[in-house]
Amino acid sequence: MPGWLNHWWYKKQTQEGLTGYLFMAPMILIAGAFLIVPVVFSVILAFYNVQLLGELSYRFVGLKNFVRMVEDERVWIALRNTATYAAIVVPTQTILALSLALILNSQIRGKQAFRVIFFLPTVTSSAVLTLIFMWIYNSNGLLNAILSFLGLPTYNWLGDPAVALKGIMLMNIWSTAPLFMVIYLAALQDIPESLYEAATIDGASRWEKLLHITLPFLKPVTFFVIVMGMIGTFQLFDQSYIFSAGSGGPNNSTLTIVLLIYQYAFKNLDMGYALALTLMLALVLMAATLIQRAVFKEERLD
Amino acid sequence: MKTIRWTTGIFYLLLIGYAVITLVPFLWALSASFKPLAEIAAGGVNFIPEAFTTDNYRTIFVQEPLFGRWLLNSAIAAILVTLLNVLFNSMAGYALARIRFPGSQVWFFMILAALMIPGQITLLPKFLILKSLGWLNTYQGLILPTAINATFIFMMRQFFLNFPKELEEAAALDGLGRFETFFRVVLPLAKPALAAQIIFVFMGSWNEFLLPLVIMSDPEMFTLPLGLNAFKGQYISYWNYIMAASIIFTLPVLALYSFFNRYFIQGVTFTGGK
Repeated sequence: MPGWLNHWWYKKQTQEGLTGYLFMAPMILIAGAFLIVPVVFSVILAFYNVQLLGELSYRFVGLKNFVRMVEDERVWIALRNTATYAAIVVPTQTILALSLALILNSQIRGKQAFRVIFFLPTVTSSAVLTLIFMWIYNSNGLLNAILSFLGLPTYNWLGDPAVALKGIMLMNIWSTAPLFMVIYLAALQDIPESLYEAATIDGASRWEKLLHITLPFLKPVTFFVIVMGMIGTFQLFDQSYIFSAGSGGPNNSTLTIVLLIYQYAFKNLDMGYALALTLMLALVLMAATLIQRAVFKEERLD
Repeated sequence: MKTIRWTTGIFYLLLIGYAVITLVPFLWALSASFKPLAEIAAGGVNFIPEAFTTDNYRTIFVQEPLFGRWLLNSAIAAILVTLLNVLFNSMAGYALARIRFPGSQVWFFMILAALMIPGQITLLPKFLILKSLGWLNTYQGLILPTAINATFIFMMRQFFLNFPKELEEAAALDGLGRFETFFRVVLPLAKPALAAQIIFVFMGSWNEFLLPLVIMSDPEMFTLPLGLNAFKGQYISYWNYIMAASIIFTLPVLALYSFFNRYFIQGVTFTGGK
């Protein structure tokens, strides 16, 4: 390559590289300042005792924050609440989402209208939804009125530790199922029509088609929906916070992991311990996401 | 033939039933917002208010002088966050799709990794950095950390990968530089992708509760979700006020949703891992 051409080529490459970084600059600056640096900093601080009040001060405590978790009763309560929550909410919302999607995908008029209505809770803020449900759960509110009209027992939904978490579950199922319904609907469009046509020729009934074509085809999406649902339950905060005015009560019955982290960080001002808890939560969520990605990819390649 | 009509009937019943279940909480809230306190306290189950009144909507602005301020804070934050996101995510997505620069692969994988980190995890780190910058209780503290979004950088990259190259080549022949090409030729043609970004980012920012809760301690700087929560604490059994405030807060997003619901569905299926 002659010298001048080499020079020209080099200049063009540098210019292209520079342009690339100019386009990326806002993203790099913001991600650096508010994501990368603070995250690295926080992972380190999880091994420290951090004093937030007055002078900011740090003291290295090694694994003490992590050992403390095992002995912390409220961590176990939050984990138990999350497990109960996931065990009920995830299967219910998955089955509900799948059923709604299957029905909407059949020969029905007004699909679009139903879809628009069903999706409404998904666009409404969690704060507003929680307030609306608290109004419905009020001891002389709508839900109890309907229950007593049907001759069923009524509850103190907001104040009774035995039912408070169930109230949040009910609201969550109602507001999240439509989101997963839309994901199922998209997946249903991907099933080749020819499979159903072939089955019709073979004399398969509707039920057989559902069982042998549709459901097997939806397996990877179902896995995705379940894992996303579980991740969502681990992230639960807004509803519990508003429901219990930040306490996780009554009697810790609505305490979630993120709410616990919030309380340790901003009520007890125990930032080091809160960061250690965050680190554990991050590991759990990332493991779940990685497993989901791996399985999802594998299923798609099949 | 007969069995098919029979199942279709059941399907309609189920769909209508679920539509009612979806709508009842909203209608019940709307109804409460037009009832006087006496009717709320009496605990009736009538959806049509007996003594219809629009007083609640007026009273909340009087009883809570900060209500207008909260609405303004929410609007400022959501609009600026949306504008910055659309600009920055599109720029980064374009660079990753079209420009060959050293380290582009590394950045791309970092964005894929960032997709896995939910906001709850970065909450305390963000708080600590904002505290040390002295940005607690400021607009920039709420806006800048959320001015980019890994999901939409990734979406824009995918979009620009499928974008016809010929247009950019023609622009280059006309002597337009990279930036001019991007802003004058590429962005105006990326409207569908930008629309999806606008509604999701706006909605996310408008509805966000946790981040402002941590950043804003001064009631003057509350966004509406925080304001609603504080308002509820103060007027605990005044459900007519709380519901009126909730309705006002929901209307902008509802308007956005009714205009753009087509993009919503597309956006969900995209972010849903497709």
